[in-house]
Amino acid sequence: MSGPTVELTPDTPSSPPPAQPAAQPRPSVARRIMQHQLFWPVVALIALIILCGIKNPTFLTIELRDGNLFGQLVDIARMSATPLLLALGMALVIATGGIDLSVGAVMAISLAVSLTYLDGAANPGSVSTAAVAVLLGVAVALAAGLFNGFMVSVLGVQPFIATMILMVAGRGVAMLITQGQITTVTSAPFKFLGSGFVFGIPTPVIIALIMLVAVAILVRRTALGMLLESIGINREASRLAGVQSRNITWLVYIVCALLAGLAGIVYGAPTMAADANNIGLMKEMDAIMCVVLGGTALSGGKFYLSGTVVGALILSTIERAVVIFHIPSQITPLFKALVIIVVCVAQSPKLRELLRDGAAKLRPRALPEVAS
Amino acid sequence: MTTPDTQAATPVVEMRGITITFPGVKALDGVDLRLFPGEVHSLMGENGAGKSTLIKALTGVYQIDGGTMTVDGVEHRFSGPDEAQNAGISTVYQEVNLCANLSVAENVMLGHEPRTGPFISWRKMRRQAAENLARLHVDIDPASRLSAHSIAVQQLCAIARATVRDAKVLILDEPTSSLQKAEVDELFQVIRELRDAGVAILFVSHFLDQVYEISDRLTILRNGRLVGEHLAAELPRRDLIGLMIGREGAALDAIERGAQQAFAGEREGVTPTIEAVGLGRHGRIEPFDLAVQPGEIVGLAGLLGSGRTEAVRLLCGADRPEEGTLRLGGEDIRISDPLVGLRNGIAFSSEDRKREGIIGDLTVRENIALAVQTVRGVWRPVPRKELDELVDRYITALDIRPANPNQLVKNLSGGNQQKVLLARWLATAPKLLILDEPTRGIDIGAKTDIQKLVAELAADGMSVVFISSEFEEVLRVSHRIDVLRDRRIVESLTNGPDVDQDTILEAIATKEVA
Ligand SMILES: Nc1ncnc2c1ncn2[C@@H]1O[C@H](COP(=O)(O)OP(=O)(O)OP(=O)(O)O)[C@@H](O)[C@H]1O
Ligand SMILES: [Mg+2]
Repeated sequence: MSGPTVELTPDTPSSPPPAQPAAQPRPSVARRIMQHQLFWPVVALIALIILCGIKNPTFLTIELRDGNLFGQLVDIARMSATPLLLALGMALVIATGGIDLSVGAVMAISLAVSLTYLDGAANPGSVSTAAVAVLLGVAVALAAGLFNGFMVSVLGVQPFIATMILMVAGRGVAMLITQGQITTVTSAPFKFLGSGFVFGIPTPVIIALIMLVAVAILVRRTALGMLLESIGINREASRLAGVQSRNITWLVYIVCALLAGLAGIVYGAPTMAADANNIGLMKEMDAIMCVVLGGTALSGGKFYLSGTVVGALILSTIERAVVIFHIPSQITPLFKALVIIVVCVAQSPKLRELLRDGAAKLRPRALPEVAS
Repeated sequence: MTTPDTQAATPVVEMRGITITFPGVKALDGVDLRLFPGEVHSLMGENGAGKSTLIKALTGVYQIDGGTMTVDGVEHRFSGPDEAQNAGISTVYQEVNLCANLSVAENVMLGHEPRTGPFISWRKMRRQAAENLARLHVDIDPASRLSAHSIAVQQLCAIARATVRDAKVLILDEPTSSLQKAEVDELFQVIRELRDAGVAILFVSHFLDQVYEISDRLTILRNGRLVGEHLAAELPRRDLIGLMIGREGAALDAIERGAQQAFAGEREGVTPTIEAVGLGRHGRIEPFDLAVQPGEIVGLAGLLGSGRTEAVRLLCGADRPEEGTLRLGGEDIRISDPLVGLRNGIAFSSEDRKREGIIGDLTVRENIALAVQTVRGVWRPVPRKELDELVDRYITALDIRPANPNQLVKNLSGGNQQKVLLARWLATAPKLLILDEPTRGIDIGAKTDIQKLVAELAADGMSVVFISSEFEEVLRVSHRIDVLRDRRIVESLTNGPDVDQDTILEAIATKEVA
């Protein structure tokens, strides 16, 4: 360096026209697909299905019997219904920066109420009685949601603690309703909700799909989705921009509980046994897992319903895979954990950055450096 | 000012051909930068030119895609800010990144806590923190929570924190954006001491007066490219602006002249848009009276901690007043929360853009639309076409770069984030617009544009309350200036040719005696 100042010749970098942005490199299509938040979950799901298909070729067959679909894949779809119903609501709650630990208990309560009503009804087999039973079950779920939402949004209790109250106490309530017994009843229309078919498709799948569409419309056709993300990202800035975080948070806990109530009914309908201790046990964890697998961060903010659907499918495929690979039930949780770790690590921005830098180092150095 | 002989000296830091690409944006393209010991070096450029990115490249926040960096003659790439810190490069980033929930002392001394054996000596820590703050003449309780203080004090804490360590390079990215003359002077004193002790200092600011006062050398960036490196003494101000914005002649003159100074017209018998009578909140702001008429711009001037922000927060529902009344268009009104304020045509732009402004993970489009949307209500989304028109209009009007509504707002440069926030409030078409440091971090070209815009809006009948720590700016835009001291409005000046910075300072000082 000869002198203290570097004066560039006027025709070098100093001449781009002012308002012209620098050349904008567009990421390649492959890169864009890889960076989509659905990429790794879908890859994991497909990999799981292929593995199962290799191990057990009948896994992939779907057959039509009496106009209804049967097969392992159909079972997976059916099994996904309950976790999906829970996870849809959970995704919204998580987006606001909260969590709802009570969904498993709410499942138990709503099922207990429905079945206890059917048990005492004069004509449990009639469609109208079953409908009332469902409505009652959903109504108590609504009450649970009101309670959770009140605790979180009005009293400002930390969501983890606020919903833990019902998580613990909820099962006690369910026990009280069933008077400590495992109520069993028979009601064909009620059972239909869990094990019937509509247009050849299992009813739970239909119910879950309807709810998926309903929630998607609720959040994306209104401003609700954006506003609840904004609450989860920056609550104070949202407040100053006029976001009514109290109302919105409350609403979200209600929606979550309603879906949990419905999930309880769909889950318990095939057996119609209100086992207050075991219905929905640990299901809150499954729901959280589906949400996280789908690319939504637990810290709140952006949420992905489509990802959540894939998350639910992964979850039930894992449960099926455990059976197919004869994995002993003791180590099933470990297997689940492994898949989750792989998907979550693959999604981590840190790892992506490392991979990107690694790739950059492998690329040959740019020419101008050699020239100068 | 000294111009150290650097011909013999070798740079402590030398960056060559630095290139950084983000998806869709080439933020830096072959940029060089040299920092010499015992020298203050200013990095200049418009909003989004790449200044902060270059700093983050050096300290390892971002990994570079091309180029080399040497520190003390050894090629070096830091894997993260801690490593740079340990290598003697102390940095105050543009967005204050301290722990708002910790005490001032903990923040200042973080990673440097005095210990007795394995245990932190809290008493010593508070004392040392207080000493460090005292160097900057900040007199606050080191045990208080950081979040309890204004953004300016937080900025000073961040600076104190960076100077706790013995660094050989000190980087300050817009450290003065919310400081006032007095604090800037203290800071410059500290900078000069460090410079004389041989520290290399990298300074970023959009205030040219400050840049010329403190710098020995300038590096100018434009659109992510290097324009040149000059000795400050050899580059006239006008040429510097020309290099930064790449324009010449008339455009330059307009920027140099700035917006025309505003003077009050006659206003009698007009119902004020908003009128506060004895409005106050204990411990924050003493009861005050304030009236703003349609088309009037009222500036609030005062020193750090004088209660300017606290006062306006009571007008818009950000905080609830404990006493007094508020009248809107002559009618009594209670504004219980910001939505009520917005519904009544009151928009408030906070000085703290990171914590009270942007929703980082949402897009530019969503950030602009947010307040319009909350006024419409959750169930009535803004129709897509209307939304796109609105967003495009503001992106063009305020020259937000990159002009991409789908970009996440956190990926914009500081000045462009500020413009997005302005767009958010303007989009609600408010009757009263409260701007708390609206030009914080905005480059000189855009600053003039914004001042002009505010004047135009007022000419169309909007009422504006304008807060700025730059008296000059307050004087330029305001029709009337309310002067605050010690959480009290002490004087109301009608702006005119005979009102200047001294008038304001006098108002502050004389009332002090009283
Ligand atoms: N993480 C990121 N992702 C995508 N783009 C980014 C990111 N960080 C910065 N950019 C882009 O890089 C460019 C340079 O930004 P930078 O923050 O360095 O500007 P600056 O010169 O510091 O401006 P200001 O004066 O407004 O602070 C801008 O166009 C910005 O939008
Ligand atoms: Mg910057």
